[in-house]
Amino acid sequence: MRIAIASGKGGTGKTTVAVNLACYLQGLDREVTLVDCDVEEPNCHFFLPPEWDFQQAHNMPVPQIDHEACQGEACLQCARECRFNALIWMVNHIMTFPELCHGCGLCSHICPEGAIGETTRETGIMRCGRGQGIQLCSGSLNVREAMAPPLINRLKTFAPERETVILDAPPGTSCPAVAAIHDADFVVLVAEPTPFGLHDFKLSVDVLKQLGLPFGLVINRDGMGDDSLLDYAEREGISVLARLPHSREAARAYSTGGILIDEIPEFFRQYQNMTQMIQAAQKA
Amino acid sequence: MQEIVVISGKGGTGKTSVLSGLASLGPGKVLADCDVDAADLHLIMHPSVQKRHEFISGELAHIDPDVCTDCGICREYCRFDAIDESFRVWEQSCEGCALCLHVCPSGAVRMEPRFNGYWYISETRFGTMVHAALLPGAENSGKLVTTVRTEAREIAEQNGIDLILTDGSPGIGCPVIASLSRASLALIVAEPTLAAVGDLKRVQELTAYFGIPSGIVLNKADINESLSGEIEDFAREKGLPLFGRIPYTEGITRAQIEGLSVTEYDPDGLGAHMRGIWEGIRENLETESASSSGAREEPTS
Repeated sequence: MRIAIASGKGGTGKTTVAVNLACYLQGLDREVTLVDCDVEEPNCHFFLPPEWDFQQAHNMPVPQIDHEACQGEACLQCARECRFNALIWMVNHIMTFPELCHGCGLCSHICPEGAIGETTRETGIMRCGRGQGIQLCSGSLNVREAMAPPLINRLKTFAPERETVILDAPPGTSCPAVAAIHDADFVVLVAEPTPFGLHDFKLSVDVLKQLGLPFGLVINRDGMGDDSLLDYAEREGISVLARLPHSREAARAYSTGGILIDEIPEFFRQYQNMTQMIQAAQKA
Repeated sequence: MQEIVVISGKGGTGKTSVLSGLASLGPGKVLADCDVDAADLHLIMHPSVQKRHEFISGELAHIDPDVCTDCGICREYCRFDAIDESFRVWEQSCEGCALCLHVCPSGAVRMEPRFNGYWYISETRFGTMVHAALLPGAENSGKLVTTVRTEAREIAEQNGIDLILTDGSPGIGCPVIASLSRASLALIVAEPTLAAVGDLKRVQELTAYFGIPSGIVLNKADINESLSGEIEDFAREKGLPLFGRIPYTEGITRAQIEGLSVTEYDPDGLGAHMRGIWEGIRENLETESASSSGAREEPTS
């Protein structure tokens, strides 16, 4: 089963829920792989300090121009057809802009002279290791790189498939978040009971409805704000999987990379309940 | 013209709350919400929308089922797995590269402009605001960020306004990179948690690479004094000004619930912090513009 942990707003507690749920399930003797899909700012490893035992670069294909074979100004099909402006005619040669290239392969395909081959460039790394008995796979986009989705997609195939796979998604509702969650069996949306939290939760709900994925809500820092999130969930018939209490104790434990289910009994009970509700939703 | 872009690396550190607190202070300004896929600034600013524009960017492939012969060549070539077994284009995966258009032997593919959301010009109690809403699951957030910023700059120029306050996105990818080019100052809102310190270092590496002057506001500073100390050491080591330390306070959430900026909600407490931060920024911008080097321009995807 693949469970994605997502939220429209950043900093609502996705990683906390992903890590604690992984630890809870591991405690039930399940085989758990946790995939940190927030490749721009990966954080799971702070909570499960793993022994990394495997690492691989993520490479993207980029065009390599054979300037001898290129017809130059007489042709320019590649520069004209590239939708991403990654190839441009510069005075006397075709110049490539690798950061803009999506690696689609169109230029190599259409070049009438076969003058465009491909090479690769590294845009990030993928690492696997074990922490607290959990298999963690984590991607890290190189700083300066703009495109997270190819690395997220690659990371998900790189991670060993197990009985339970937990996907910690990046924040937001655009392409990186969709890349992380689109093939999940169930999505846990984490939201805070605040006006920003509610607004961004609604955006996430829209995305999940479009994707046709089953989901439930975890209210994090319950009690910090108002009741509008809970009211909205009730009105919309969205199941509330857990209400994780707002406490300074939890905030402090989080700040140092602590596992909350180990430190605060109430959190353990909440994850127990969350797991039962996810399982029930799966059977339904 | 000076533009302050508020970013954080990690989400939820308080970017929008800090920005709204600063919006209440200082000279006339234009506001730009560049957190286009989870924009929240409007919940404090209550903008009255003057103009709404469609954001059309990139393309989407369409396969005409009446012309398609199910040959499967497009599926073989598509590197984004965007075409399903029944030869429908899966919108969320299509990058709009048009390779399928070129490889289809039957001419069944056409490319259409892609509608990705809206952007707005609005009036608020703190000045004109340019903001946007990306459609759920849509692409091209970087280009929408560029659209919002370009418009904010034009409005500022036309009205003789010298300051733009821009709310950025979490992360370090496409929308964040798009929000940084030509910025006068990247204001990084940090919090003392292990995860956020790691994220702060990555986002600072990004601003340093683009040559954008940066400074830090430490939020929720008393949650973990030792990590706060680590952030202060980091700021010193990198030569980043620390513009302020805001303690952990319920006031930030209360202000949100009231729909007020933190300065309006708590003028003596949070407001005093904001005034201190604003003073620091003002002095910094004056020094920076005296020794202006001009930030590097960077193309965005």
